[in-house]
Amino acid sequence: MRTTFLLNGSEITADTTPTTTLLDWLRETQHLTGTKEGCNEGDCGACSVMVTDDSGACALNACILFMPQLAGKAVRTVEGMSAPDGTLHPVQQAMIDHHGSQCGFCTPGFIATMATAHLNGATDYDTQLAGNLCRCTGYAPIIRAAKAAEKAPVPDHVRDADLLCPLKIPGESARTGAEPPTTPEDLATWLNENPDGTLIAGATDVGLWVTKDFRDLGPVVFLNRIPDLAGITDNGDTIRIGTTTTLTELHSAIAPLHPGFAELIRRYGSQQVRNAATIGGNIANGSPIGDGPPALIALGATLHLRSVNGTRTMPLEDFFIAYGQQDRADNEFVEAITIPKQADHLRCYKLSKRFDQDISAVCGCLWIEQNDGVIATARLAFGGMAGTPMRAAKAEAALIGQPWTDTTVGAAMQAMAEDFTPLSDMRASAEYRMEVAQNMLLRAWLEDQGQAANVLEVQA
Amino acid sequence: MSVAKPLPHDTAHLHVTGAARYVDDTPLPDTALHLAFGTSPKASGHITHLDLSAVHAAPDVVAVLVAKDLPFANDVSPSVHDEPLLADGAVHYVGQPIFLVIARSHLAARYAARQARIEIAESTPILSIEDALAANARFEDGPRIYARGDALALLQVADHRISGQFHIGGQEHFYLEGQAALALPGEDGDVHIVSSTQHPTEIQHKVADAIGLPMHAVRVETRRMGGGFGGKESQGNALAVACAVAARLTGVACKMRYDRDDDMIITGKRHDFRIDYDVGFDETGLITALDVRHYTRCGWAMDLSLPVADRAMLHADNGYFLPHVRIESHRLRTNTQSATAFRGFGGPQGMIGMERIVDHVAATLGLDPLSVREKNFYASGGDFSGTETADASDASVQTTPYGQPVQDFILDDLVTQLRRSADYDARRAAITDWNAANPVLKKGIALSPVKFGISFTLTHLNQAGALVHVYMDGSIHLNHGGTEMGQGLFQKVAQVAASRFGVPMDLVKITATDTAKVPNTSATAASSGSDLNGMAVKAACDTIRSRMVEHLSEMHQCHPDAVVFYDGRVQAGAGEYSFAEVAALCHQARISLSATGFYKTPDIQWDRIKGHGRPFYYFAYGAAVTEVVIDTLTGENRILRADILHDAGASLNPALDIGQIEGGYVQGAGWLTTEELVWDDSGALRTHAPSTYKIPACADRPDIFNVALWDGENHADTIYKSKAVGEPPLMLGISAFLALSDAAAACGPSYPDLHAPATGEAVLRAVKKARGDV
Repeated sequence: MRTTFLLNGSEITADTTPTTTLLDWLRETQHLTGTKEGCNEGDCGACSVMVTDDSGACALNACILFMPQLAGKAVRTVEGMSAPDGTLHPVQQAMIDHHGSQCGFCTPGFIATMATAHLNGATDYDTQLAGNLCRCTGYAPIIRAAKAAEKAPVPDHVRDADLLCPLKIPGESARTGAEPPTTPEDLATWLNENPDGTLIAGATDVGLWVTKDFRDLGPVVFLNRIPDLAGITDNGDTIRIGTTTTLTELHSAIAPLHPGFAELIRRYGSQQVRNAATIGGNIANGSPIGDGPPALIALGATLHLRSVNGTRTMPLEDFFIAYGQQDRADNEFVEAITIPKQADHLRCYKLSKRFDQDISAVCGCLWIEQNDGVIATARLAFGGMAGTPMRAAKAEAALIGQPWTDTTVGAAMQAMAEDFTPLSDMRASAEYRMEVAQNMLLRAWLEDQGQAANVLEVQA
Repeated sequence: MSVAKPLPHDTAHLHVTGAARYVDDTPLPDTALHLAFGTSPKASGHITHLDLSAVHAAPDVVAVLVAKDLPFANDVSPSVHDEPLLADGAVHYVGQPIFLVIARSHLAARYAARQARIEIAESTPILSIEDALAANARFEDGPRIYARGDALALLQVADHRISGQFHIGGQEHFYLEGQAALALPGEDGDVHIVSSTQHPTEIQHKVADAIGLPMHAVRVETRRMGGGFGGKESQGNALAVACAVAARLTGVACKMRYDRDDDMIITGKRHDFRIDYDVGFDETGLITALDVRHYTRCGWAMDLSLPVADRAMLHADNGYFLPHVRIESHRLRTNTQSATAFRGFGGPQGMIGMERIVDHVAATLGLDPLSVREKNFYASGGDFSGTETADASDASVQTTPYGQPVQDFILDDLVTQLRRSADYDARRAAITDWNAANPVLKKGIALSPVKFGISFTLTHLNQAGALVHVYMDGSIHLNHGGTEMGQGLFQKVAQVAASRFGVPMDLVKITATDTAKVPNTSATAASSGSDLNGMAVKAACDTIRSRMVEHLSEMHQCHPDAVVFYDGRVQAGAGEYSFAEVAALCHQARISLSATGFYKTPDIQWDRIKGHGRPFYYFAYGAAVTEVVIDTLTGENRILRADILHDAGASLNPALDIGQIEGGYVQGAGWLTTEELVWDDSGALRTHAPSTYKIPACADRPDIFNVALWDGENHADTIYKSKAVGEPPLMLGISAFLALSDAAAACGPSYPDLHAPATGEAVLRAVKKARGDV
């Protein structure tokens, strides 16, 4: 399969299998060994590269990025960060001056992520760099370096957006050599003909099926050429989120409406993961521990499926039948989600061992709306508490029609014990999961009483 | 002089451009082959059937080896030959290598390795410390005991007496560069190994045994590692031996690197411990008697577990004088990865055990733990005017439980200074007020000290060699036995060389560690890298310099003292030359400009069975104050501020030393908070990738992070009076754990009994314990 893109400023066409990763291609065929493999699953950032397309530059993990995803884009690796005359990029020079590298193995990935943040003028470094692990420095000198380089102008040679215009060469479909689908209808036809096929959007999950599980994906189709599946549209009383909307895009759109959801997304994966991962993938993979579904369920989201037979809609929570089982026919795909436009009553609580870039042990998203002093609407949606994302029906029932008091909360917490039978695993014990899920409801109430209850907001 | 300057890492410019080459970046011939292990799915049992037909049939597979195919020694153990490269019938843990795939690509090898059908007659695995105690499964016959005085009798008459049990989890190294090795076959059976190892000589030794040749046939080269932290002291043996065997068989270059999951499943980690204690003390918190028992989970093979457990015992006192003490250590054999070296090498576990005891004592008496710490400190070592060694008979000098005089003690002064600079007392009062006003969130603060013994406890390892060439153009080629894993050793040693010759740094070329240049080296471990190799390089440089001096003083008829090296110039009486001119003059005069250097640490002797002697040349000190906040609804927690004052002696390079301190603190705090290793009931490690094993991320460093170097020099005669700095700062992270305990203690009247790692779940349990809810 041929893919044409820019590599460090020069056009190149790669001929690879559809699931060859950018990292393997760089290291094994181009001998660009600056980009490192640290984990091969998108969790350490040592393979970070800068990727630029029409929407701008972002950092991505090359280890779970398939070559066809790059069609028409520009890739810049650590080898392309210094100027053609050898002058170091400001973040490279600052990393030397501020002792930001020790063993140096994570450094190329940091350079790629830092140069991208520098280009984009982003200075929220804890968030920008959450996807880059360093085991040597303790991060302090890296942040000093990032700050020191902040004011330096962006070198022209890393502005790949300027070079993209002539590069509108479509990729080829993995199977036939024919043009890949460009409309939802085409995709429905393709999926109908390839019911065992695999749809690939961001590949932050499918990538691991390849790099870790050696799974045979069957025929594959990339969704990056279907504009109607992407992006967010305001339909007046609802907001439509296309299936290939990335978490980064969703974050920007949702922040003014539901800041709690935006903060949850800030902690979803890492910058690199959010730049690739799509909300449709987060739903369609049916994971019980994805962070998107609990929030969307609490928002009252509607799911839109499409097949050659037309479209079908359902409340999002009905999509999840049981662990590994969703209400989706083999020839259907997730096309979009809609959420009602409404005043915000959403709180999202993500519990994980590490704050950033960690999968939730429990993700609780609570929509509690009062009317005339009593609770009128309660949608308490949880991840990590069952085989699917799930609402706490009994706890909701204990809230509805009651005043928002500690007594009501206590009763609902007790009722929640009947809603779920969580599992013990490496992230948390069953007992702890239940206790913190219950306490998330208590937290919502305590916050309404004006209690400080978020360790992320405390300072020394 | 180049020493003491805050120069950057020697290859920082290559790190930031991606040009620094690691093992996997080495260009290979197209014929090169790639290796992967097939591993045991069971923790304990015997292989009854091994069907490798699908492995052989997998794409691009060249050969598949099992134990009986190995030509010579099937052994990669660094200690007692109990660790076969490939399982020879019995399997001892989930992840143990059973067969070796040789294939045309890394992916093909990994894929094929999964295709075996392995049948194992299972026996009941021994997984936990309790399992091992019940089965009496242990290394060495029984517990090791180091004792002084009569702790058991004095416990009976102590004013106060408490006991407790403390669990300490292990730690995955998570070096960013996984284990990797490459073997390039040479003529006549020789092999050149490129390895990511802290111990090239051991790789050389194991490879020689595995291919049936003397060590002279094996050359091992290590330019750099992408992190080591102890995890590449012995754990690289298997890969290098596999590559050598495969290269011998196939006649082509063979490379092996572990995928991250394989790396975490196959290789050893920090030992987890259970520490039981009985402690007697008076109303001021002065400890009158201590009986402490270490239970160490060593895993399936001995590896380095004995010296690790010894070092835990040697740090069971930390900075406290214990007149009556009994330390008992059990080294337990379990069907898990063979636990191995990890920064601190048992010291951190012994030390946090003692700090936990002090914390418990303080809580029992309602005292600030800091006052109890200060109460129990060793007496100050007094005035040091010279470098003479200890007079153990001097009754005014207190000794450790193992009989080493503590002459260089500075923790009292250091802690006083840190207490002031970190504003400890005012902040503790402010935290009390804050906690009174905040029912959901609680803050905690703790100051904890570090006293860490410097030297290998296996005395003969305390030696190092160096090779220095001065070329006729005045450029200098530097080589020594130490390895570079990011700690900045190469730069520090180059600074020593440049200082000895009075030349700028750019004249000194640092070259890859190479067993063909400097033989019979010790691992770069035990924080010893700069101390040992710096001195060896100094010796080599001084040999060459004295030859130069002799020649110049003859030429100019001046006293040797009148020959001075500075700023790249050499003054000899009335003559003045560039360093390059001196090199050329010496060459023309047929003077050798190449020299080896050698160093062995003086004044140490140690009997590990008796538990008596002077195992350490000196101690390194430091202290940290950490402030945290916890959430009493979930146990979630965060480090808000850390203040550190650390003793690196007269620093060879303050920037690199501060880098070690900052990084060590965060790594230590990670060990004790988010880094949780979880095995399931079958003995399989469930946290074998960064998706499930959580080392600190960027935002986990303290919001406010003040690090300063203690203004002092080493009393011992080390290289430019500096002190070792590799391991000690890791233990500064203990203060984060103690601060979390302090925050939990603010939730109720009982001792929170926090265990490590202090995950959210562990902290919530401690909160409930403090409240008396559990």
